[in-house]
Amino acid sequence: MRCHVSRSGYRGDENLKKLMSGNAALGEAAVLSGCSCYFGYPITPQNELTEYMAKRMNELGRVFIQSESEIAAINMVLGASVAGARAMTSSSSPGMSLKQEGISYLAADELPAVIVDMVRGGPGMGNISPAQSDYLQATRGGGHGDYKTIVLAPGSVQELTKVVPLAFDLADRYRNPVVILGDGMLGQMMEPVDFDNVQPPKEYPKDYILTGAKGRPSRMIRSLLFDTKEEEEHNWKLVRKYQRMEQNEVRYETFLTDDAEMIVIAYGIGARIAKGAIKRLRQENLKVGMVRPITAWPFPAAVLQEFARTVHEFFVFEMSAGQLIEDVKLALNGRGHIHFYGRPGGIIPTPVELYRIIGRHYYMASRREQS
Amino acid sequence: MTKVYTRPGTIKEAHFHYCPGCGHGIINRLLMEVIEEMGLREKAICVAPAGCGMLVYNYFDIDTLESAHGRGAAVATGIKRVRPDNLVFSYQGDGDLAAIGTAEGFHAANRGESITVIFVNNGVYGMTGGQMAPTTLTDQVTTTTPDGRNPIIAGYPVRICEVFSMLDGTTYLERVTVNKPAAVAKTKKAIKKAFQCQLDGKGFSLVEILSPCPTNWKMGPIESCRWIDDVMTKQFPLGVVKDIK
Ligand SMILES: Cc1ncc(C[n+]2csc(CCOP(=O)(O)OP(=O)(O)O)c2C)c(N)n1
Repeated sequence: MRCHVSRSGYRGDENLKKLMSGNAALGEAAVLSGCSCYFGYPITPQNELTEYMAKRMNELGRVFIQSESEIAAINMVLGASVAGARAMTSSSSPGMSLKQEGISYLAADELPAVIVDMVRGGPGMGNISPAQSDYLQATRGGGHGDYKTIVLAPGSVQELTKVVPLAFDLADRYRNPVVILGDGMLGQMMEPVDFDNVQPPKEYPKDYILTGAKGRPSRMIRSLLFDTKEEEEHNWKLVRKYQRMEQNEVRYETFLTDDAEMIVIAYGIGARIAKGAIKRLRQENLKVGMVRPITAWPFPAAVLQEFARTVHEFFVFEMSAGQLIEDVKLALNGRGHIHFYGRPGGIIPTPVELYRIIGRHYYMASRREQS
Repeated sequence: MTKVYTRPGTIKEAHFHYCPGCGHGIINRLLMEVIEEMGLREKAICVAPAGCGMLVYNYFDIDTLESAHGRGAAVATGIKRVRPDNLVFSYQGDGDLAAIGTAEGFHAANRGESITVIFVNNGVYGMTGGQMAPTTLTDQVTTTTPDGRNPIIAGYPVRICEVFSMLDGTTYLERVTVNKPAAVAKTKKAIKKAFQCQLDGKGFSLVEILSPCPTNWKMGPIESCRWIDDVMTKQFPLGVVKDIK
């Protein structure tokens, strides 16, 4: 593979892979997906994305604002979305907490938006090193009220180029905020990447946006519904939309599951670490495979249920202290044994460490089977 | 008989929900009169607040969005950057703009966003039942300052026009009121001027309107109008605070 280090960012004119950080690649993928407005507030480990957008959006005559806070950024996104633009913001954990109010309003108002969370260690100020401890915040809505966001969890810089246009497409298709859940490692690491397949998603008819009531009745967008019956009907309408997402938008990848006797469930960078561990385990003929959710919500529950018909051992690995495991437990609903290894924000687990732990659990499980 | 007044075509056929003597109804009507007279119905986009003004979309026959409490200026920023040719204004109370949304208002003003803020200063939190607002006067009794606002505990009334006038991004700031016919006419002129300022691409404009809230001030409507002249304008002097040509 030929690589080319680009300081100035991707230009798309050479038939080469570029060596880019996840943050910059995400920015370029957003630009190529037709993102016309970006609003952000600096926070490590996603600053390269904000900086990339500052440069590129300016070059292209698109909208970039460094906002006064994450609260302002998400509300600018809301305003841009109301006006019909393809809008994005990005942040990391502490900033994501501030965005939750706005995300709740986006969901209630049924407005598309893409929100990137390059997760770092928490709670509180935590640490700038990678973690996956915003999983529950992202997959349960995160703010107040009965709502969901689609959560895409890519595991490599190249995969970001697939996930970003998809995020914009899903946001428009469902008129709903979509979260890209990365982490500090995905944002910071540099990998070869090409943008050959990044196309702007199709345009959906936007008969709800505010443009000034020219030649049509005036429109209003609101989430306050004083009438209790109207409020409940609106909420049921949202629920039905989330059900459609659950039916149609589950995405996942399997790795060496055909003959697997133990299935690891991990996502994002966690899955990357797990892949390294599984490759080592396979060298010792331990039959371990993996299911990697690409959509953390909707969660690939049906797939795990299907595996549970033949596989008894499941191993959850996450860079958090027990969040992903909740979805696995809900999916398996009492079937199979669930093994667990999670580390909260702090030190990043290594493939070798995970290989040893999975191996130990695998042997314990096979001894239990024999006895 | 000649008709001397009629409902502007930009107001929907609905009954205002405002309490008797409240200033919001007058301000709503003025805004829609101005929009009709300036021919802006097809250009205007309003960002409504959380507060007594939140239901303006039931009355305004223009494109309207209800924002989260205090976020109006940030939302209006997003809209205006996408649609620079529209007239974008936020409608905000004193709690909305001067407490929870101070950062959003301040920075939109400082960026010189080409938006207009219609700032309704009634000195209390009307919608939630008359609690202290940042603009509540010293010694004024509210449900959360039962012994009167004590600056040592609760700080001082905030003068938004004067604070914003220090920001280079602001172009036109005026404080007006709606407590008598002449003042209402002046308010209408100020709104017109603020909108024109935006249409001319000059930058951020804001009209602060001292507005009676008899219900929460525990006064009659006429007494409330008098109180604005006698007491409120001492803390919040009327007039143009900034007007950059
Ligand atoms: C985040 C949030 N906090 C609190 C509220 C409750 N709330 C609604 S309106 C309001 C204050 C309204 O006062 P003001 O802005 O002065 O407007 P007025 O009602 O007096 O016109 C509050 C605190 C809310 N809707 N959202």
